[in-house]
Amino acid sequence: MSFRISDQPLDPERLKRALGRDSAGACVCFEGWVRDRNEGASVRALEYEAHAALAVKEGEKILAEAREKFGLDAAAAEHRSGRLEIGDCAVWVGVSAAHRDAAFAAARFIIDELKRRLPIWKKEYYGDGHSGWINCLTGKSGAEAEPPGLPRSLNRQL
Amino acid sequence: MIAVTARYFAAFRDRAGRDSEALTTGARTAGELYAELAATHGFADGMARCKVAVNDEFADWETPIEEGDTVLFFPPVAGG
Repeated sequence: MSFRISDQPLDPERLKRALGRDSAGACVCFEGWVRDRNEGASVRALEYEAHAALAVKEGEKILAEAREKFGLDAAAAEHRSGRLEIGDCAVWVGVSAAHRDAAFAAARFIIDELKRRLPIWKKEYYGDGHSGWINCLTGKSGAEAEPPGLPRSLNRQL
Repeated sequence: MIAVTARYFAAFRDRAGRDSEALTTGARTAGELYAELAATHGFADGMARCKVAVNDEFADWETPIEEGDTVLFFPPVAGG
């Protein structure tokens, strides 16, 4: 298994060692960290919720696509679940390939696809005590104000 | 009418106030069931931005649902 969901801190040095191959001349690793601001709001902490079984399945699929598309020697990734503090590593992606062009492009492809396709949700806890699920209209105060029945935002996209 | 189980995640679970429920529905597809539940629970996210799984496999909104299925509703994802 080269994709994992982990409820424990990620260890980039350990993860990177699994990428070593005699044929590899380039290694690119990406780390996504928890930062203290998002869209102007001060962030204290984050919580990731994942559907682990489906996330692992989809994550493996994305890594396999990248190996094929970019001719990689190795590819691996890990994503956190649970509560994280500022500066923690939330996601790690690593690839090795014969040359750097393929390695850079593949790392970018993998992180973009992970963000788009994995069933993982992020809740931010803000400095003012509020919290909210990122990217979701459901649960936002605007949605509460909509009339009962089919919400406008749903109607529009049906 | 068929009996199915709906499961909710993240913002949908918070909004519905439960992580799953047993339902009897006239909905024939995952999308029809979502429309029904969005009206009941006030889910405000359009289908184009959400995902659905039937019996632990990713599915399309047009996927037919059958007696005994478990349908998982995923609000817009935010990994990374």
